[in-house]
Amino acid sequence: MTLEEKQLAIIEEFSMFDDWMDKYEYIIELGKDLPKIDDSKKSDDKLITGCQSNVWLDSNFDDGKMTFFADSDAIITKGIIGLLIQVLNNEKPEDIAKSDLHFINGIGLHEHLSPTRSNGLASMVKKMKMEALKVC
Amino acid sequence: MESTAKRKFSVREIREDFPALRQLIYGKNLIYFDNGATSQKPQFVLDAINRYYSKDNANIHRGVHYLSQKSTSDYEDARKFIANYINANSTNEIIFTKGTTDGINLVASSFGELLKEGDEIIISAMEHHSNIVPWQMLCERKKCVLRVIPITKKGDLIIEEYEKLLSSKTKLVALTHISNTLGTINPIKEIIEKAHLVGAKVLIDGAQSIQHKKIDVKDLNCDFFVFSSHKVFGPTGIGVLYGKEKILEKMPPYQGGGDMIKKVTFEKTTYNELPFKFEAGTPHIAGGICLGKALEYVSQFNMEDIENHEMMLADYAQDLLSTFEDMNIIGESKKKTSVVSFVVDGVHPFDLGTLLDKQGIAVRTGHHCTQPLMDFYKIPGTVRASFAFYNTKEEIDVFIAAVEKGISMLK
Repeated sequence: MTLEEKQLAIIEEFSMFDDWMDKYEYIIELGKDLPKIDDSKKSDDKLITGCQSNVWLDSNFDDGKMTFFADSDAIITKGIIGLLIQVLNNEKPEDIAKSDLHFINGIGLHEHLSPTRSNGLASMVKKMKMEALKVC
Repeated sequence: MESTAKRKFSVREIREDFPALRQLIYGKNLIYFDNGATSQKPQFVLDAINRYYSKDNANIHRGVHYLSQKSTSDYEDARKFIANYINANSTNEIIFTKGTTDGINLVASSFGELLKEGDEIIISAMEHHSNIVPWQMLCERKKCVLRVIPITKKGDLIIEEYEKLLSSKTKLVALTHISNTLGTINPIKEIIEKAHLVGAKVLIDGAQSIQHKKIDVKDLNCDFFVFSSHKVFGPTGIGVLYGKEKILEKMPPYQGGGDMIKKVTFEKTTYNELPFKFEAGTPHIAGGICLGKALEYVSQFNMEDIENHEMMLADYAQDLLSTFEDMNIIGESKKKTSVVSFVVDGVHPFDLGTLLDKQGIAVRTGHHCTQPLMDFYKIPGTVRASFAFYNTKEEIDVFIAAVEKGISMLK
């Protein structure tokens, strides 16, 4: 699947929920399923401090593709991280750097990525793209 | 709305006065429990805002024309109303500010000019950042020392420790009347008396008390009292610094500009009298007038009726929340106002706040601008429900069910 196809698949998946609570239930499950970053690896250079919740981000560049690992102390934030990772993992850095992550808007979660939301996610996306740019 | 006979306290009727309460959020009836952050506005205030901008709008104080004189007298009448409302000696003691934070910064900047190296300022461990940072900045500027009154786990000031901090070096005690995070009502009268014994002045941060308590600055004998309009059903962007006239007289102006001057030449400027000395530039005219209207609205009621209703709500909510497993109520002072802050083990406040929002319930999550307090309790933040006199028991029932649902989804 291309990066764009992955986004469309998530939008399609979310279109099944007509209730906000169902949507969040799904995001929470994603958050619970996302592998944790070991506490010993949560160093300050990986920490993105938000006013409401914190995010840790690590990345790998191997065989021309990026892999991201991320964690958060808030489970909803973590669920959204799970979605971002689904879309961006195993993509080429140049595709990540120029990606338009419209699916967040498409599933009605744009408020979580607003810099004023202060949950660390907006900075995380920025950092994911910066990491990609470094190896472009 | 002059009120000798007070209006009957009926929550149902009060709710009719607040149009913002009658709306659906995500298809659910709005339950507004974020009153500690800001209050909703009654139609009486909304009408006054509308009337000012649609009819009376003019710049104040120097205009010779009808509208300028009308808005000047409305603005100054509001000042009179506010002075009476908090029982100040005169309107010279009522400085319009942008809000509580601005009032504290004014005192830190201007009164702070009178301080010298080694002088001490006392605050407490439960202060809002607004009542911490301005003093830290002042201490850096003037090489003064900041002292902090510690608190107990239940959220009460440790008065014996306060007494130990007081000395002839203490020049100012800056303390919140009611903690925005814990809801603790501090024994400010006692604290003020003790500060005065060593010759220190006292600033009371009334951001969280003006809407819940009858404020009488003469009875309190505080030297400064600051509050924001928007927390007491008035517009945002306006607030009040009350200061004893004798002290305000000695303080240098805060900001320079129009309105605060008597005469300007390039060689020397002389400053205006109180209260205008501290009010540079065109003020928030509509704000001042409508803050007066907001206090006029509140003054229809017996403050005791408001307090009783709000405490009934807070006790009811706290009792129900306490029955949840892994629940920690943050702030368990015996003297509390209508704030319930809590954390549930294994549940991040941000997550619970998000799920409450989607059920139409507005609460606040996070550190509530009291990071040192969060460090003290070793928590990232809390969920805070703060009630106003227009909230109901039925709303709390819905809230409790929503909290239960949220926790079950998150755990």
